[in-house]
Amino acid sequence: MVELNAHTVVFAIFSIITLGGAVGVVWNRNLVSSSYWLIFSLFGVAGLFVLLSAPFLAAVQVLVYIGAVGILITFSVMLTRGMTQIKDVFNRQSAASGVVAVLLFVVLLVGVVLPVWGPSGALSSAPASDVVATTAELGVALVDGSQYVLPFELVSLLLTAALLGAIVIARDQDK
Amino acid sequence: MVPLWMFLLVAAALFCIGTFAVLSRRNAIAILMGVELMLNAVNINLVAFWRYGTPETMMGQAFTAFVMVVAAAEAAVGLAIIIAVYRSRKSVVVEEVDLMRG
Repeated sequence: MVELNAHTVVFAIFSIITLGGAVGVVWNRNLVSSSYWLIFSLFGVAGLFVLLSAPFLAAVQVLVYIGAVGILITFSVMLTRGMTQIKDVFNRQSAASGVVAVLLFVVLLVGVVLPVWGPSGALSSAPASDVVATTAELGVALVDGSQYVLPFELVSLLLTAALLGAIVIARDQDK
Repeated sequence: MVPLWMFLLVAAALFCIGTFAVLSRRNAIAILMGVELMLNAVNINLVAFWRYGTPETMMGQAFTAFVMVVAAAEAAVGLAIIIAVYRSRKSVVVEEVDLMRG
């Protein structure tokens, strides 16, 4: 089974932050606190990235998700002010969607994760290598002609187009 | 190190919480928050498989970086649409936005 060491404890803390924040997002009636719980949850995900030896992604997670997306969502909540305290938070199908979410989790766990990668699963013995690619290698890979330079440029184009589109959509057209 | 299946367990739980938020909330911004949670669950999965599978290549991290960029674009456009809808309908409750109902 899992031995108890510092790594496991840190993993447990970040998992609780991630999942607890996510539950806070779903259950909070006030959307402003909901968005704060979302930021809390995304911070936990950044911690999990550090544990998985991806420090650059953890930094990007903090900068892009917590810094940009979190603030964007908070701003939108405040711009749609009359909607933050609506009485019925959940729609009519909330019980059915709860069942669907729990069923999906059980199917993922029992059907996929545990049989294949679980403690006695088919691929469980594969150990993680200690040789981990560094952030410098990621930077090279993103602009290397034989690796990811085309998706990198495409995604920058997508981001520019999406942000221009967002401005056009959100602009007040009457003025 | 923590075994791979525990990361997959956390990611699956996060994905299902996000699914519940998308299916059950009435406010469009709350639905968008659920989508963000689901995308983060996918990112945890990608990085975990990269770390336990082929950590000497760059595949997993590069894909996660692209997912983050696409998620940022999705959030920007989604929230712009929500604000535009709020301006014309004075509501962001998804059931009341039925302009295209036949």
